[in-house]
Amino acid sequence: MAQLTLIQAINDAMRIALERDPSVVILGEDVGKNGGVFRATEGLWKRFGDDRVIDTPLAEAGIVGTAIGMAVNGLRPIVEIQFLGFSYPGFEQIVSHAARLRTRTQGMFPATMVIRAPYGGGIRAPELHSDSTEALFVHTPGLKVVVPSTPYDAKGLLLASISDPDPVLFLEPMKLYRSVREEVPETAYEVPIGQARVVREGEDVTLLAWGAMVPVAIAAADEWAEKGVSCEVIDVRSLYPLDEETLVTSVKKTGRAVIVHEAPRTAGVGAELAAMLQEQAFLWLEAPIARVTGYDVPVPMFALEDAFRPDVKRVSEAVRQVIAF
Amino acid sequence: MLRQMEKVGLQYLQPDGTLTPEGEVAWKPIERPLKIEFYRWMCKIRLFDQRAVILQRQGRIGTYAPLQGQEAAQVGSALALNREDWVFPSYREHGVAMIAGMPLKQILLYWMGRVEGCRPPEGIKLFPPAVPIATQIPHAAGAAWASKLKGEQSVAVAYFGDGATSEGDFHEGLNFAGVFRLPVIFFCQNNQYAISVPFSRQTATETVAEKAAAYAIRGVRVDGNDVLAIYTVMKEAVERARSGEGATLIEAVTYRHGAHTTADDAGRYRKQEETREWVELRDPLTRYRRLLESEGLWSEAEERDWEAHCKQEIEEAVREAESAEVPPSSHLFAHVFADLPPSLVRQRESLFRLEEG
Ligand SMILES: Cc1ncc(C[n+]2csc(CCOP(=O)(O)OP(=O)(O)O)c2C)c(N)n1
Repeated sequence: MAQLTLIQAINDAMRIALERDPSVVILGEDVGKNGGVFRATEGLWKRFGDDRVIDTPLAEAGIVGTAIGMAVNGLRPIVEIQFLGFSYPGFEQIVSHAARLRTRTQGMFPATMVIRAPYGGGIRAPELHSDSTEALFVHTPGLKVVVPSTPYDAKGLLLASISDPDPVLFLEPMKLYRSVREEVPETAYEVPIGQARVVREGEDVTLLAWGAMVPVAIAAADEWAEKGVSCEVIDVRSLYPLDEETLVTSVKKTGRAVIVHEAPRTAGVGAELAAMLQEQAFLWLEAPIARVTGYDVPVPMFALEDAFRPDVKRVSEAVRQVIAF
Repeated sequence: MLRQMEKVGLQYLQPDGTLTPEGEVAWKPIERPLKIEFYRWMCKIRLFDQRAVILQRQGRIGTYAPLQGQEAAQVGSALALNREDWVFPSYREHGVAMIAGMPLKQILLYWMGRVEGCRPPEGIKLFPPAVPIATQIPHAAGAAWASKLKGEQSVAVAYFGDGATSEGDFHEGLNFAGVFRLPVIFFCQNNQYAISVPFSRQTATETVAEKAAAYAIRGVRVDGNDVLAIYTVMKEAVERARSGEGATLIEAVTYRHGAHTTADDAGRYRKQEETREWVELRDPLTRYRRLLESEGLWSEAEERDWEAHCKQEIEEAVREAESAEVPPSSHLFAHVFADLPPSLVRQRESLFRLEEG
């Protein structure tokens, strides 16, 4: 096994997919010769050539739209959108077509494809590069939305996304691209879509997070552990479909939940989680479910980024509140 | 295949610093101070750009998009505009922004990740840099449309790169301009790469300019490193727009000397010989300086004085930007809505409490 970063694990998954299935193609801006602006496709163009790893014109609607056409005509496209915030020109194609084709054609022409996009803040990126708008896509019926937070999960989830028959939006937390390394098997393996990961078990409070907020939740759990409060930390990992069972079981055990996400609060995925838990675990709750989120403001330019993104202090404060209730 | 001349586009000033016959005609009526101003601006903009790259390396500003090599395209076009005209730039038009009246300090603040750097001084019709590619193109068409509907004389200009011509917004913006005969100028700096992707991957046509035909607007291809040709073509486009003759698509053929941004490694996708040729043989400043010197309008001593003057001005701007008061975190909420809804007031209060506690 090799020690890989999250982005290397993603690269490895794509290499395996290209190797074992000739119908897999990668398309996007700068994915070829340049190996992607974050180097996610490093080396793949050299190895698999211009017809498998395709530098496209700068046109997200065109990229997603042609990928849909490729998909219905027998290829398995992996689209790279350079930053999630630049998916909006292609939003129409994702929402009106990729997500609904299976329904509209009654199963005849599903848009079997993966859309990969780096997202989220924390790396001092320029304006508009740090959006976390997963809720827009989770709100779109017909799309699956997954977010790995570890190298192991990144590889396995991406391979699962590629073999999934439905369109999957695969979100990559930029902040975590190179911040951790872990042992990742060299072989192909899948981390199933639709399963949350219990990062650590605990008794008193459940912390729910995904992407770059997972390490923040873990750090808050560490802080409280020193004070004798045990937090169960769950990486939600699959935002749609949601692993309701793992989440509900945990909250029934602890009686308290804090949901952490980087995206703005209103109508964020946290609101959906809170409603779901309230419906299924109401009688077990000892305190109202708390949310720690970005504020309802445009993601700021990086000088104020730290004030916007939830940090350990904010998460710890929410834990205090649900305990003290 | 295009002939060399058509590849480069309209050219008045050759790389060796001599004027073509058409260039002679264009050069004569230009007033002496403006002739010098072309060079002064190009020089200042280059010095600013070089300084900004160093500031990024020192961690004093964030990721920065350098423009070196594109000074003639920016200076020639921006100097053909008036204060009442609208400018819609992308993230690489610091030169245009300066000429439009954006203080250097503000430009630096922008790259320091400060939203204050988006706001021009009162009365300056300069949009914040468009970061999503091509999105400013319809905005310019709209501003021009409003001018037309209001019976005003102002024109609007959208600045963008060759990559932007692949986006739907480009085509939609040009189409509106054609249909409604709008006083707008689409100024494409074809620096031949969109990050790593070469121009040949953006379009199968040999030029951007020819796309104008599809929208029944005028299209011109011009040597983007020839400040005189750029100025002349732009001036003409502005006059046509003002007099109701509609839009122009200008393709300025140029090259960025450096990387796409300070986060990019251009060595991965551009050959050294290619870059060297553009930097050493086709540099917009060298060419124009030769002309000025041969006409007795510029000297070594003036060069030294002007450089010193610019450097001082730039250092002053760096000092001002670095000592600009840091806004409190609650500034996040400052301009989200005209009146803050109650839920946002509560969020702001929670942030206050967090900062105090
Ligand atoms: C809609 C959108 N997609 C992708 C990007 C990422 N991106 C930033 S600059 C760039 C290349 C732009 O090239 P071009 O339009 O030629 O302008 P240049 O940078 O050469 O001035 C890309 C792909 C973006 N900013 N917006």
